[in-house]
Amino acid sequence: MPKTEFSPSIDSRPTYAGLVSQGAAPAIMVADEAGAQALSDLAASDASVMDHAHVVLVGCGASALGDVTPTALHEAPDFDAATPLVTQLLNTARMGTQIYLAGSEGLIGHVSALAFAAGMPVDEIQMEHRGSIARRMQCVHCKGITEDVTTDPFTCAHCGLTLFVRDHFSRRLGVFQGVCVDAETPGVVPEVVEIQA
Amino acid sequence: MKKLCLKVAAVEQLSPLVKRFRFEDPTGASLPVFSGGAHLTVEMPEGDMIRRNSYSLISDPYDGSGYEIAVRREDKGRGGSLYMHTKVAEGDEITVSVPSNLFQLDLRARKHVLIGGGIGITPFLSQLRQLDMEQKPYELHYAARSREEAAGIRLLPQAAHIHVHISEEGARMDLGAILDGQPLGTHVYTCGPDGLISAVADQTARLGWPKTSVHSEAFTAPPPGEPFDVVVKSSGKTVHVKADQSLLEALEAAKVEIDYSCRGGACGRCHTKVTACDGRILHNDHWLSDDERAAQQDIMPCMSRFKGTRLELDL
Repeated sequence: MPKTEFSPSIDSRPTYAGLVSQGAAPAIMVADEAGAQALSDLAASDASVMDHAHVVLVGCGASALGDVTPTALHEAPDFDAATPLVTQLLNTARMGTQIYLAGSEGLIGHVSALAFAAGMPVDEIQMEHRGSIARRMQCVHCKGITEDVTTDPFTCAHCGLTLFVRDHFSRRLGVFQGVCVDAETPGVVPEVVEIQA
Repeated sequence: MKKLCLKVAAVEQLSPLVKRFRFEDPTGASLPVFSGGAHLTVEMPEGDMIRRNSYSLISDPYDGSGYEIAVRREDKGRGGSLYMHTKVAEGDEITVSVPSNLFQLDLRARKHVLIGGGIGITPFLSQLRQLDMEQKPYELHYAARSREEAAGIRLLPQAAHIHVHISEEGARMDLGAILDGQPLGTHVYTCGPDGLISAVADQTARLGWPKTSVHSEAFTAPPPGEPFDVVVKSSGKTVHVKADQSLLEALEAAKVEIDYSCRGGACGRCHTKVTACDGRILHNDHWLSDDERAAQQDIMPCMSRFKGTRLELDL
């Protein structure tokens, strides 16, 4: 699956320029199944990028990477299982470590927020969107996070409010913001549509 | 710019070339507090002109009982530091600006590495008090030629994370050893000679540090030079700039209205358009880009001079 082109939006909406090799520097790479293909493409453009790379695959096995062989390969079934591992890698990383994220907006948002908290400027993180355009949404009312949101509006998995999907993105939390869509006119909810890229 | 009329409360010789000055409110009132890395501008009236130099504050940012600066005597300078060394005594009145900061800490950093060369130690003396107060991890490296010249030693606390490198004693600062292996989220700050600042920039680029994690301040008083003339476009008036005067000072003395803040070529406030230039602008600032310098259509009057037949400013 090729890299996703998103339509232009407000400044806070993240854009993903695509992965570009920073050479054989120490690296932390995190990808889901669709994103693993972007890591393979990256290694094909410059094999040395894997020389000092720790790759964390979320929700898929090593076969997703093809014949790419990084220094270390870790597998986790989901974000929750991957978080302590990625946090540990970030906390022991040195200045000059490169970060590559590939896959869904949920994965990129989740891990870029961890990297940001570890002191990595978001502009310096290599990101490429592949696969699902489902979003990681935070309810601005109850603060609960709903993963894999594909429709607008959607129902908050925590408080049950009907939320409008905004392009407004929190880099600190790595989530898009969802705002109650029928606060002024309870029960009057726009037609549910699929989220577009 | 808001000004404060203060009293010189103490003058102390720290080293053969460096004096420490303490200013307090004459009524004992509390002064505005500041942030680590801030500076103030000191007015030095001499004859019919007022010279103004900016100096980093070295005292505790949270202590409003007084402001302290350290001034190195520059015998080849325009005379600002000589004025401070020879004309300012305890009990004198002195006019200063309120503090402002062009070299603040990035408090998102997980660790701070402070590197000061020579008199460039000064902004870090206030920063390390802020870092201590906020309990942020940091290390400070102070490089000086000799122990006698190292005025900062007496102002630095003795601690395991404070390192003094005296090159005369064979302990030259090794930037590679300092910067390599720092944890992710480190920011580095450098103040001192241009050579030190560019060496840190080169080393961090080699190690793959993000540019936004590298900060520097090359804060110097304007250099003297050959006298020259400048034409003010709006009035057609010609202003003469003396050898020991900066262009900004000459414009101020001629009552030409011009904004300023740092007077060290760092803040960009006095940025002025050049409407005619037959000759060469001697750019001494840290504000304009290389392209802007080459185009000769912009000048920073606080630092830069001119050599040629005609310079006209859009003022």
